[in-house]
Amino acid sequence: MNLVETFRTGLEAVVSHRMRSTLTVLGIMIGITAVILTVGLGEGAQQQVGSEISALGSNLLTVTPGSTTSASGIRGGFGSASTLTVGDATALTSKVVAPDIGAVAPASSSSEGLVAGTSNWTTTVVGTDPSWLTVRGRSMTEGRFIVNSDLATRAEVVVLGATTAQELFGFRDPVGQSVNISGQPMSVIGVLNTVGSSSSSSTVANPDDQAIVPLTTASALLFGGSSRNSVSQILIQASSSGTLSAAYQEADAELLSLHGITTATGADFTITSEQQVLSTATSVDKTLTVLLGGIAGISLLVGGIGVMNIMLVSVTERIREIGLRKALGATPRVIRRQFLVEASVLGTVGGVLGALLGIVGALVLPHLISNPITVSPVAAVGAIAIAIAIGIVFGVYPAGRAAKLPPIDALRSE
Amino acid sequence: MSGIDDTAEVRIERTASHPAVRRPVIEIEDVWKTYRTGSLEVDALRGVSCTIDSGEYVAIMGPSGSGKSTLMHILGCLDVPTSGTYLLAGDDVSTMAEEELAHVRNRRIGFVFQQFNLLSSLDAARNVELPLLYAGVSRPERRRRAVAALERVGLGDRIDHRPGELSGGQQQRVAVARALVTDPDLILADEPTGNLDSVSARDVMTLLEELHDSGRTIVLITHDADVAEAGGRSLRIFDGQFAGADALAAEAR
Repeated sequence: MNLVETFRTGLEAVVSHRMRSTLTVLGIMIGITAVILTVGLGEGAQQQVGSEISALGSNLLTVTPGSTTSASGIRGGFGSASTLTVGDATALTSKVVAPDIGAVAPASSSSEGLVAGTSNWTTTVVGTDPSWLTVRGRSMTEGRFIVNSDLATRAEVVVLGATTAQELFGFRDPVGQSVNISGQPMSVIGVLNTVGSSSSSSTVANPDDQAIVPLTTASALLFGGSSRNSVSQILIQASSSGTLSAAYQEADAELLSLHGITTATGADFTITSEQQVLSTATSVDKTLTVLLGGIAGISLLVGGIGVMNIMLVSVTERIREIGLRKALGATPRVIRRQFLVEASVLGTVGGVLGALLGIVGALVLPHLISNPITVSPVAAVGAIAIAIAIGIVFGVYPAGRAAKLPPIDALRSE
Repeated sequence: MSGIDDTAEVRIERTASHPAVRRPVIEIEDVWKTYRTGSLEVDALRGVSCTIDSGEYVAIMGPSGSGKSTLMHILGCLDVPTSGTYLLAGDDVSTMAEEELAHVRNRRIGFVFQQFNLLSSLDAARNVELPLLYAGVSRPERRRRAVAALERVGLGDRIDHRPGELSGGQQQRVAVARALVTDPDLILADEPTGNLDSVSARDVMTLLEELHDSGRTIVLITHDADVAEAGGRSLRIFDGQFAGADALAAEAR
């Protein structure tokens, strides 16, 4: 019997046993859909958590005045003097000096009382420049952020965090309203997009509760301070999370040379990466990866056992048929091939339909539940491959065994 | 060998009406079949010998447990003897491997089972085509021969009916058509009327007789003496041996 006839015979058996084939395909399909959706949910969660963590600024370096001379964190160097200046920040933006630094924002902050009409709210007021938005990875819900001309003119403008705006203005539109900061009237020009409450950031307790003003305005009108040019920190964003340590080296070398310091121990500043955020991100990522692997493994196991059962039952109830085909002259090889064709067709049809259903589910379900579902091509292809493999192994193996029985034993089986 | 002598007269009688065919289809000699169930050994066949010539219609008769089914399975190459030789149309099938046996079953033997053993998902023509499929016959040729065989058994108008849509007698006639379609050396019918009402049974028996009259070699296995009478010669099997053989062997001494 040639291959075309074998294929036709297998296909004919699939088509003529409509009920059994449909149930088998359905079983495989549901297994594959389950695998794709559970893995998709897991990956969706992983990406969501990942993006939330990166929103906190995992590739962020913070330069603060003073230095630590020991692991115990005792400060030495030039003490608490404000050794960092706007000039330092400007120098670090040079692509020549620091190619791995993406954006730099000098910042001074202070806790101040804000008053709008009868509302009263104490929050962190940050004086900074337009790059802050990029460095912090933030965006605006309305209005605009500080621009360079605000710095040049020491404009009396303020950008509010979502929580701050809510506390001061309730549901009124804050843009265009006036806020008194330390008795200084400032005009609200924009509101920051919310990032969700999180306390992981080392610079701000709640990233949604702060007020941003131009650095020049802050030092001239609000904070005072020893030098108009000094800042309390410089925020540095590495060009990517992979270049964080290179960015660290560049910033360190440049600041040492700007400050005329020759020994690393004499540094009058400290650069900290957001280690806590980074290590949290890493551990969360690890946990999610393990969880995801577990979910995928269990789904595949369950789906695989389903496929296995269907194939085993399907073959077992056909031992008589195998016996008859043998009595009529089919060799064991021909029987095995027929079942191979059947199992492959059922596995492929079930697998592809399951993948399609999974993809449709991944598109529709996120509208019903709040979690995103990411369809991973690897998971989809892997699930189909495993469905076909399990279908073939558990369809062909028992069929092959039945084909080896003396035909009369197979014919007599019930 | 006395068993063969016993048949000589009958054989001459049969071959008288079919002078052209005289070669033996089946030659079995001292065939034993032993089943092992744990430590228990059961001899289902105990040294069976016989010769069946081309064109003969032989009924093998015996009560249940006599070994007639075992003999039928060995004659049909569905099972192999524990010892002894079996020449089917001159070829020794007792030493053949699985693949060769499948080939022999396919080309040389047509089966008619008590349970019909039709595939319920295939229509009558497809069922009849099955042995041709495994013989590597092309699709149009398969179809043509299957239709011819179905017409031969009087089911030319039931070609596209599935077994479920046919009566028991019609199903058995489809099975007979399937046994015919490869033009085998031997048609083996195992209790072909066992599951049929008397009218259908008579139909099937008439059909087998007609096939015999047209020159087919038929071996019929039955426990029913009336059915056995249809055959030109009947061999009685009892406790794994041909009953007549012992008596004749004793007589010869």
